[in-house]
Amino acid sequence: MSVWRIARLVAVKDLRIERRSRVITNQVAPFAGVTMVIFAFALDANSQILERVAPGLVWLATMFSLLLIVQRSFAVEADDGALDAMRVAGVDARGIYFGKLLGIGVQLLVLEVLLLFTAVILYGETVRAEGIVLLVTTLLSATCGLAAVGTLYGGLAAGFKGRETLLPLLTLPAVAPVMIGATRAVEAALGTADAAVADGWQWVSVLAVFAVVFGVGGALAFGPLIDE
Amino acid sequence: MIRLRDAVAVLGSFPALAGATLDVASGEIVLLRGPNGAGKTTLLRLCAGLLPIARGSGEVFGLDLATDRESIRPLVGLLGHQNGLYADLTVSDNVRFWGATIGATDDEIESAMARMGVDGRLRDVEVRRLSAGQKRRTALAGLVARRARLWLLDEPHAGLDAAGRDELDGTLRAAAAAGATILVASHELERASKLATRIVDVEAGQVRTASDGESEEGRA
Amino acid sequence: MTTLDAKPADSGTGGAGVGPGTRATRVLGILTVISMGWLVLFGLVISPADVNQGESVRFFYIHAPAIWVAYTSFIVTAIASGAYLFSKKHSLGWDRLAGASAEIGVVFVALTLITGALWGRLTWGVFWQWDARLTTTSLLFVTYIGYLAVRRLGGSHLQRAKRSAVIGLLSVLLIPLVHWSVVIWRSLHQEATVLDTDLDPDIDGIMFFSIIVGLIAFSFFYAWFLLHRTRVLAMEDLMDDRGLDAALAARRAEAASAPQRSEGEGA
Repeated sequence: MSVWRIARLVAVKDLRIERRSRVITNQVAPFAGVTMVIFAFALDANSQILERVAPGLVWLATMFSLLLIVQRSFAVEADDGALDAMRVAGVDARGIYFGKLLGIGVQLLVLEVLLLFTAVILYGETVRAEGIVLLVTTLLSATCGLAAVGTLYGGLAAGFKGRETLLPLLTLPAVAPVMIGATRAVEAALGTADAAVADGWQWVSVLAVFAVVFGVGGALAFGPLIDE
Repeated sequence: MIRLRDAVAVLGSFPALAGATLDVASGEIVLLRGPNGAGKTTLLRLCAGLLPIARGSGEVFGLDLATDRESIRPLVGLLGHQNGLYADLTVSDNVRFWGATIGATDDEIESAMARMGVDGRLRDVEVRRLSAGQKRRTALAGLVARRARLWLLDEPHAGLDAAGRDELDGTLRAAAAAGATILVASHELERASKLATRIVDVEAGQVRTASDGESEEGRA
Repeated sequence: MTTLDAKPADSGTGGAGVGPGTRATRVLGILTVISMGWLVLFGLVISPADVNQGESVRFFYIHAPAIWVAYTSFIVTAIASGAYLFSKKHSLGWDRLAGASAEIGVVFVALTLITGALWGRLTWGVFWQWDARLTTTSLLFVTYIGYLAVRRLGGSHLQRAKRSAVIGLLSVLLIPLVHWSVVIWRSLHQEATVLDTDLDPDIDGIMFFSIIVGLIAFSFFYAWFLLHRTRVLAMEDLMDDRGLDAALAARRAEAASAPQRSEGEGA
């Protein structure tokens, strides 16, 4: 079984589970929405400030949601010992990794789009036509990077019941480059603080490199990390 | 099929398996008998290639446990205390998934489900709505679909009602007849000893056995 | 199995008895003390105060060497992690070296952050500046705290070694990525030169030499402490192994004292 077939198998399985259980749609998405509201409380609903920091807040909410999505993704496996079963089945760990990554990434991407809409509504952000390509590219490359890191550390943390605090500790510093790059790129795309669209592209290259490095590194590291 | 010599496996720093010497030949149904904490589960997981062997030596299917654990795993089916099923998916989704991991054909998957009696009206039921026995059978269907030649079952009767247990026994006998080798850890002594071709005692992490096919009860 | 010759390039066990000291560490220890004294001399006495920053520049003689040594220690961790994973023997000595080096690295990073904060406070009145170095350093700090947390997840020594080695390599991969993104980020914000984002003072002459002295002193300290710590970890692992032997013996005794069921040994 090739790695890609396994990955597709796992990803389809995960998305099918989500379609039936609707945990991300019913729980994580509202959570993300509420954090966006609470950010406004923290900033005293100052519309100038909110508009200025909106890209950052979107990615903050995304980052928190990443942790929840990853934990959910691996809880599904840990619940009935399915990850162990996959190890026994001799399923190629790289396939499991990419499959999980794909599943997590798709859910995260949908969430990011929702959060952007929320920012448009709550914070008065506007999306400009010339920034759309940059915006979409940023979302895709940032999501890949986030999902890559999350899947890797999620697999590690999954094996240890009650050690879910390990996931945030490992994940957050690791996604710092994505936070920096994605926020700046979205600012450029939306024109926040007079950023030009052209400024955003250097950040996309940072995001792309990050995604590739962690995608490859993660695929190699996942097997050893989930093994006993 | 399985050859262990003084095998030691640790959980953290605790030697859960403190010295197991065991031979299991192809086609046997071996019952592992022993109190809780004796190391039966660890022994099964070791044979599945999930745990590293800390001391001693062992081979499964002729593959060395010290160096070839990963090659052993696909040949083996482990049914532990958990079923390895996805609660939100249907029976057929689950068996299909596990079968697909080794590229089983649709026919093989269908026949696996049929053999375990989970096709028909159960196939489209979400696993979370099944009874314990039905879940067990679904998990076993997955094992069959994966063409596992060695079945390692950890207390498979637990949580099943009497009818469920009878069904399971029938299933296991049929599987052995069809060529599977089965290692069962169970507290269901009466039932399991009728099922087994041989009984092996596990105590305080150790197993010392003869390798011929005699029930230990039957030895002088 | 653990042996006391934990570090593969061990330079001799000088019959030191139960402590981890050997001739090598004694020599290194002396060198450390001497060079630290030298650093104090140069850093506090001989080198002059900076034209712009006054006496507070002296923090820099610790701040800069500390971060250099920290980076070195994390690279050592990465190399040792790689050596563990990709060597045939998978010798646990590499794992212990990696762990010890990371521990020291974390301490040096903390030192960098603290001296940086104090220096900033004294010179410009602010504890924190979002400059590239401090920001990267703070992320580095948390990253390797994560590494140390992974080392403590438990399990057998081999499990710990494999896990930590993987995380050690990933963490070192993160360093350039973080550095790159942070540097670009901060370079976009060329603030007014009252608070120069590149906080380094003009270094030349005797001040430069003082930094080199600092680097030498800290390097000796690092090497000395690394040897000690690696050996202590080896001893801890040895104790664990002995513990396993004892546990095995105890468990086997359990069975011997229990009523015999499996052996027809005649009773």
